[in-house]
Amino acid sequence: MRISEGEEEITAYLSGDIDHHSARDMRESIDAVVQMKKPSLLRLDFSGVKFMDSSGIGLIMGRYRLMALYGGIVRVVNVPDELERMMNLSGLNALDIIERRGVKLEAAK
Amino acid sequence: MNLSFESRSSNEAFARCAVAAFLTQLDPTIGELNDIKTAVSEAVTNCVVHAYKDTIGKVYINVKIEENSLIIIRVRDTGCGIENIKKAMEPLFTTAPSDERAGLGFAVMESFTDRLKVSSKVGRGTTVTFQKRLSCRVGNG
Repeated sequence: MRISEGEEEITAYLSGDIDHHSARDMRESIDAVVQMKKPSLLRLDFSGVKFMDSSGIGLIMGRYRLMALYGGIVRVVNVPDELERMMNLSGLNALDIIERRGVKLEAAK
Repeated sequence: MNLSFESRSSNEAFARCAVAAFLTQLDPTIGELNDIKTAVSEAVTNCVVHAYKDTIGKVYINVKIEENSLIIIRVRDTGCGIENIKKAMEPLFTTAPSDERAGLGFAVMESFTDRLKVSSKVGRGTTVTFQKRLSCRVGNG
């Protein structure tokens, strides 16, 4: 996983399989940077994710809560088609944080 | 096909990939394989996180190929068991929020397979059985 840091925003490029085992390392790496930088936007880029079980949903929800603590927001971007079903099942759609292709969400509120 | 391994989180990937490798003989679609891998991953994670919480135990997986490409997968543990199965299966219910569990394990297993059965005895363990019929592009045998 690669993390790019800007002034106000951080992007985590998730890759490989996300399961209960791998999610822990991803969570720790992302949180370390978020807690240091306190960005207003955390982008979770799923383009490199090959497999994901519900641990990926826990990962998103946890970062959503963490960012809310700092008054920041989370955007989930570049979700591969294979992961759409899991995303839909999760109820995350209600939070309006998943950016679908061609549909840009407001950058910050 | 029978498989048994220790309930370490590092074995979650091994378990789903081993089941997928076994099923390639049926020439499943990528989507079907992904569905099964996801369900297996959820079931095994339940063993690691809940059944053998704070300890390491054995996880047993049995995969059967029945007629017409019907797959039956059983994931069994001899861990703590589930007191209230109905409650445990409710979407978003989790007893491990600190571990960032979303409470979606059973909901995912239900959604990604054709049929799900859970049987459990407190102190004895849990068996999760799910079925899925593959579209079957090769002859049965």
